Amino acid sequence: MALTALRQKHLLGIADLSPDEIVLVLDTADAMKEVGQRTIKKVPTLRGRTVINLFFEPSTRTRTSFEIAEKRLSADTLNVAIASSSVVKGETLVDTAMNLEAMSPSMIVLRHASAGACHLLSRICKASIVNAGDGMHEHPTQALLDAFTIRERKGRLAGLKVAIVGDLLHSRVLRSNVLLLTKLGAEVWVCAPATLIPPGLPQMGVRVTTRVDEAVAGADVIMMLRIQLERMQGGFFPSLREYFTTFGMTEARVARAKPDVIIMHPGPINRGVEIASEVADGAHSVILDQVANGVAVRMAVLYLLAGGADNETVA
Amino acid sequence: MKRLLKGGRVVDPANGRDGIFDVLIDGDRIAEVGASLSADGAEVMPVAGLVICPGFIDMHVHLREPGQEHKETVATGTAAAVAGGFTAVACMPNTRPVNDNAGVTQLILQKAADANLARVYPIGAVSRGQKGEELADIAELKAAGCVAVTDDGLPVATAILARRALEYTSMFDMPMIEHCEDPSLKGDGVAHEGPVAASLGLRGIPGAAEAITAGRDILLAEMTGGHVHIAHMSAWTTIEAVRQGKSRGVKVTCEVCPHHFTLTDDMLAAPIAYDTNTKMNPPLRAARDRDAMIAGIADGTVDAIATDHAPHHYDEKNVEFDRAPFGIVGLETAVSITLDRLVHTGVITLSRMVELMSVNPSRILHVPGGSLAAGAVADITILAPDLQVTIDKTRLVSKSKNTPYHGWSFTGGVAATIVGGRTVYSNPAVKLT
Repeated sequence: MALTALRQKHLLGIADLSPDEIVLVLDTADAMKEVGQRTIKKVPTLRGRTVINLFFEPSTRTRTSFEIAEKRLSADTLNVAIASSSVVKGETLVDTAMNLEAMSPSMIVLRHASAGACHLLSRICKASIVNAGDGMHEHPTQALLDAFTIRERKGRLAGLKVAIVGDLLHSRVLRSNVLLLTKLGAEVWVCAPATLIPPGLPQMGVRVTTRVDEAVAGADVIMMLRIQLERMQGGFFPSLREYFTTFGMTEARVARAKPDVIIMHPGPINRGVEIASEVADGAHSVILDQVANGVAVRMAVLYLLAGGADNETVA
Repeated sequence: MKRLLKGGRVVDPANGRDGIFDVLIDGDRIAEVGASLSADGAEVMPVAGLVICPGFIDMHVHLREPGQEHKETVATGTAAAVAGGFTAVACMPNTRPVNDNAGVTQLILQKAADANLARVYPIGAVSRGQKGEELADIAELKAAGCVAVTDDGLPVATAILARRALEYTSMFDMPMIEHCEDPSLKGDGVAHEGPVAASLGLRGIPGAAEAITAGRDILLAEMTGGHVHIAHMSAWTTIEAVRQGKSRGVKVTCEVCPHHFTLTDDMLAAPIAYDTNTKMNPPLRAARDRDAMIAGIADGTVDAIATDHAPHHYDEKNVEFDRAPFGIVGLETAVSITLDRLVHTGVITLSRMVELMSVNPSRILHVPGGSLAAGAVADITILAPDLQVTIDKTRLVSKSKNTPYHGWSFTGGVAATIVGGRTVYSNPAVKLT
């Protein structure tokens, strides 16, 4: 019998999801995407549920995407944005969480600069915790929307060659994507300067290379990761110019991939740093599809965490 | 007043003794050790089935006083020490203010005298304010009662300062204790650099950050003839550097903490992901590192087991992993862990355990103890080697409860602790009848 609900109450990371749970989210997102194409883009599924978007880091795309997803599901939603600096002076994360918990929200969507912040909240709150990015750890809904976008374009994930190029060391998107793609049988290659490769990747079942041409050769999917400009101060590479010439995704490099390769990027993009504008804006790019699909995938996650089909229908 | 410890197994490697003997205490001194001593008016303490050792000395403890009394005080820390079987502790200078002058040293010693439990040997700062710029007044610290110097919590900042400290302390029979860590390699790391930290998204601290500083100091000790003591080793490369230094005759000694010979960085992920009680500096490392600590303890490279007892308040640890302070308490778990994981498993003998926890710390710090010879101070640790112990953090004597061993069970524990002939702790779970 097909799975109809997630086995866990929280979405802390892809690490906790089984392959059939991932497929369930993607299948559910198909239905949610249809909702977003209606004139009246709203279903009553989460009516009466309170969802708090608790963001300790600036975010435009992810927060907006969650908020739209919540509103389309008829949840009562509110945004709490807290600058990390004020937390240092004042209330701890635990106290903030206990105060929010006292108001009985159904779910808390958390974005935080510290890895493990969602785990900490999940031990305090009765509400379901949805990880919207915790430090360098995971960004599970990003990996799910990436997988949804790949599946939409390619019809499958298993057996595809996916090349992930960029700052692997500091990327939560990388971790979540590696976990998800390997669970679903994709052949994952990762590529970065040696200074930006974390340990342990081969044990996670991915191929590691510092040569972009090798990574993208014959690829079905090229996924670029953002180079955070502040990394320059860390001395991870000599200059943005050298980074672009050595690792930047240019049309010439894309030409080494399969003719129907898709180019992905979690955003925000740095044009001319990790990706040439011609590639970002070109025919292979699905970067804006990713953004569009983010809403459907987040609707699916929220719906399933709220109880899925056991609770209410999407009618 | 005389007391006779009757019928216990006396393990006293400094005097080549391991067998069933009686120990006669007269006042604050050992009067005699021998077979079937006559009670002759002495109060008799029957200790058959127990192990009598020269008092254990924990040479690496943070008592937090002055300045951070919400974490620990000299009184609560020494109460935890005796409950953990330690008759003496050496306390680190990273208090507020830093113990870089006689005034702070005297305050600590006065608090220790008031508490009147374990002996306390203050360790002074290498540099004024632990700022790594100029030497602290080390002769003054020595005169006030400090037994060693260190900038623990931080490494001695530069090679030239370490050189000067090694040269200068050599005048006073004091070791320079080094917290080995290259600050640029450590960066803002919070966990061992490896697959576990990478999968958890935690910034790494490579083992080389420790070994580089150890290597630097061993070379400087060799050059100057000074004595460097490498604190809380965690990386296999560090122990290798020490082993090589010792083989060349360098005056280098070293210690390992129980958590580094029992735990690995897997603890960061499970059973409780991001448990801040698994965050300490140096961090829990890989199995290879943990196994190298055990091998070094077994082959004699390691001189001492010390706890790096680092109490932190509940509030300070109940935060995001990367915001939590480094450190765990250790005074009340070290003996049980060592008996269970090293002695009962056959890695070391009881005699070697006594060397690691009593004889060698006494020699490294040039403090009394480490021996049950007639005339020695009557500082005695009595072990119950078969006692079943389950660690319950709520029952720790220490003011802080930050232990990763909550709920763990061990075979072996402390029966009683005697300081200067006076029983300062007796375990209610052990009948001394």
